[in-house]
Amino acid sequence: MSGWMDSILQGLLLGAIYGLFATGLSLVFGVMRLVNVAHGDLIVLSAFLALWIEKALGLPSPFLTLIVLLPLMFLVGYVLQRTILNKALGEDILRPVLITFGLSVIVQNGLLEAFSANPQKLIGGRLETASVHLPGGLMAGAFPLLTLAVSVAVIGLMQWTLYRTALGRALRATSDDRQTAAMMGVKTPHVFALATGIALATVALAGVFTGVRASFDAFSGPDWLIFAFEAVIIGGLGSLWGTLAGGITLGIAQTVGARFSPAWQLLSGHLAFLVILVLLPRGFFPRRVD
Amino acid sequence: MKLLTVSNLNATYGDFQALYGVCLEAAEGEAIAVIGANGAGKSTLLNTIAGSVASKGDAIRFAGEPIGGLHPWQIVARGIALVPEGRRLFASLTVEENLLMGAYSRSRDAHSLDEIYKIFPQLRSRARQSSLSLSGGEQQMVAIGRALISKPRLLMCDELSLGLAPKIVGEIYETLALIRERGVTLIVVEQNVRQAMAFADRVYCLQEGRVSLEGISTQLHPDQVSRAYFGIRQNQSQGDLPDLDSGSPGVRSDFNSEASGPTNSGFAGEGRA
Amino acid sequence: MKVVQSSRQSRVAGVAFLLLVLVLLTAPMWASRGHISLLIEFFYFLALAEIWNLLAGFAGIVSLGQQAFLGLGGYALFFVTMHWQWNPVLSLIFAAVAGGVIAIPVTLVVFRLHGAYLAIGTWVVAEVFKLVFSDINSLGAGSGISLPSSVAHAVNFGSFSRNTVLYCIALAVALLSILCAYALLRSQVGLELSAIRDDEKAARSAGVNSFRIKLLVFIAAGAATAMTGALIYLSKLRISPGSAFDINWTSYIIFIVVIGGLGTLEGPMVGAIVYFVLRQYLSDLGSWYLIVLGAVAVAVMLKMPSGIWGTLAKRYSLSLFPTQRRLVFSEEDLLPGQQTVDAALTR
Repeated sequence: MSGWMDSILQGLLLGAIYGLFATGLSLVFGVMRLVNVAHGDLIVLSAFLALWIEKALGLPSPFLTLIVLLPLMFLVGYVLQRTILNKALGEDILRPVLITFGLSVIVQNGLLEAFSANPQKLIGGRLETASVHLPGGLMAGAFPLLTLAVSVAVIGLMQWTLYRTALGRALRATSDDRQTAAMMGVKTPHVFALATGIALATVALAGVFTGVRASFDAFSGPDWLIFAFEAVIIGGLGSLWGTLAGGITLGIAQTVGARFSPAWQLLSGHLAFLVILVLLPRGFFPRRVD
Repeated sequence: MKLLTVSNLNATYGDFQALYGVCLEAAEGEAIAVIGANGAGKSTLLNTIAGSVASKGDAIRFAGEPIGGLHPWQIVARGIALVPEGRRLFASLTVEENLLMGAYSRSRDAHSLDEIYKIFPQLRSRARQSSLSLSGGEQQMVAIGRALISKPRLLMCDELSLGLAPKIVGEIYETLALIRERGVTLIVVEQNVRQAMAFADRVYCLQEGRVSLEGISTQLHPDQVSRAYFGIRQNQSQGDLPDLDSGSPGVRSDFNSEASGPTNSGFAGEGRA
Repeated sequence: MKVVQSSRQSRVAGVAFLLLVLVLLTAPMWASRGHISLLIEFFYFLALAEIWNLLAGFAGIVSLGQQAFLGLGGYALFFVTMHWQWNPVLSLIFAAVAGGVIAIPVTLVVFRLHGAYLAIGTWVVAEVFKLVFSDINSLGAGSGISLPSSVAHAVNFGSFSRNTVLYCIALAVALLSILCAYALLRSQVGLELSAIRDDEKAARSAGVNSFRIKLLVFIAAGAATAMTGALIYLSKLRISPGSAFDINWTSYIIFIVVIGGLGTLEGPMVGAIVYFVLRQYLSDLGSWYLIVLGAVAVAVMLKMPSGIWGTLAKRYSLSLFPTQRRLVFSEEDLLPGQQTVDAALTR
């Protein structure tokens, strides 16, 4: 029995990082109906950048790279939205998908050129191996717990921003009715760029945490995009907490599947996603009527 | 100097031209009505002034400055506010948040929420409710409040009476009269011709994108207005003109009689979102 | 009055196209082996692109998972030739049927999503296929499997070499995909598709069952892609899940369609030519090749959203495979006092 509980716990902790992957995706989709197919690749980019910054500045811990990486990725997101993605927005759903898909290919192959095909990993040091005793005789890694805490904090912060600040109000208004928001004084190109900037800041966090958790390479992006996307769909479009719940559900499906056979981990996650999609097409906590 | 001058405005949506050489003026403190049938271009005119539809450089001047090429957010910062057709409240925001959005561009200069609640007291108790849960009349109040909170010099209202019961329409126009007394210039687009002409100083009639009639509302004859509305030229058939109005225009206080506007819209009952 | 679909220009182009096909048919007689192989590749990429274009440009379904059917077709070929000893050429038919049949449950799942989420959903399906096929030991599991030489040789037809037979099949598949798409678009279904593309709500209120049509187009695309996949792996002779279900198939297809012109039948042809020319010159660059391809596609989508052909066609009113319908009035339609008006009722 404790074996099952352990799997579920590990799944919950794994799911926290999927939730973190998905937060940026959810925010951008919520505000401007844009799904960035390059999202996963940008997480990989962050992980590689963290590696590079750590080496270049001689930092003792990859988490310290966030001091540089967070504002850097925010800026990347802002510029990306302002220069390219704003032009992709519109009634047509084809263009944004195709443009961001093109970006995905550029990022992946760019990373390949810059860093070669070798898998890399960020070293978290003692934090990676420390563990915590939990009630019920369960053990949880300190690092996964930290990841969970960070995911919850990030989503909490984002919810606070959306519901308690003028900027958040503007973001929600813009997502409801872009044209009317503009007439209220919202500079939509700027606000969209802020949203993408914030999203990429979460991507920076996700990149560092997943880089510490497991190895990655230039082509890890699509897998992570798919996990993020599955988390968003399971959780329900338009709900950030739902996205976390979706990520956790996915994580648990994967770890429980892995109990039967390690090769089944990914497949059980996908199958759980497909089943939930068929039974509950709008996810657990649907909020918007799109 | 007029507050707003529109000279020879052409507006197109892609291949379709919606406005042909429209000229319009509003002096500070005036109330202007723009009437016309569906598709005549009334909303396009307001949207163009507000900046949602682009126009060329000099065609629109506000307080002496051309505003044609500006973005909507720049135009609202200059003091023009629009109450859009259909209200277009922000569905995921509460009543209060909708009102606050109106002040987004002018956070320092704007009215406070309190002042808006003084004008629309019914909204005070509904502040935290979702905007969708309100009746049609209340939604219209929120929409007007949202435009008003930015302390505009020019307030434009697109089809206020659409979907609302006559009594509510009357109340809303009474409130507009109060707003007008505070010195706000008003442009009101209406399909309800009686209401529009009763309220406004001057009237413009649009027909298929062109100004077909312009004049002081008290001096216009219903037949004239009918013809302009439908695009019937003066010399054409005299008989069988639809009845725009059972009484004469210019009776400003007669808010509660049945409006017999030609398209007779807006009487499906209140609450139509 | 009548509805007219062709014009003098298109009829001339039709004849020219026919001549081109005839020339291509004779290619095995005068072209080198290397060129024939290149043409085989060209034809199957063209076929894949036309199919994807039908889905995305006409039915409005962006699929990032057509590789699921491509790989499925390839594996269907390997299965049926190795385990049931079917003739490889007949196996292509089997692959098409398999693709169409499997597409049905896929639509049940994937059509619950919309827009960009549908796109990623199709990608998930492809990943699932990849994982499932990595587990099938009789088909080589993760490391893949090669086609036995007996099967490879079975493709020979009399005195024609394997390469020649493959070439003819590839040409046929490319032609079929173009002509079937053309026939579809000129039919009632095509009219409904145009209506959906312009305004889905309006189309539905006019009685168009948009859901059913999209379903049919997706299933047909699945079948066609699977058949093309079988052809591809018949020529490659070796299959593995990593290669068969590789997202890069979709990357290349998207580039071809986008650069050539989404939503036109001629676009993919232009795009395929551009793609192959670029490949000739850039393949030495390794991953830079893909970076350039990606950058070009993004630039084209931003600056020339109709693609090369689309932009040219709009400028010069070109149309080789006209899918528009024009309403042409004649004298009989006039009421007294009226004059003829050449009304253009475009899609």
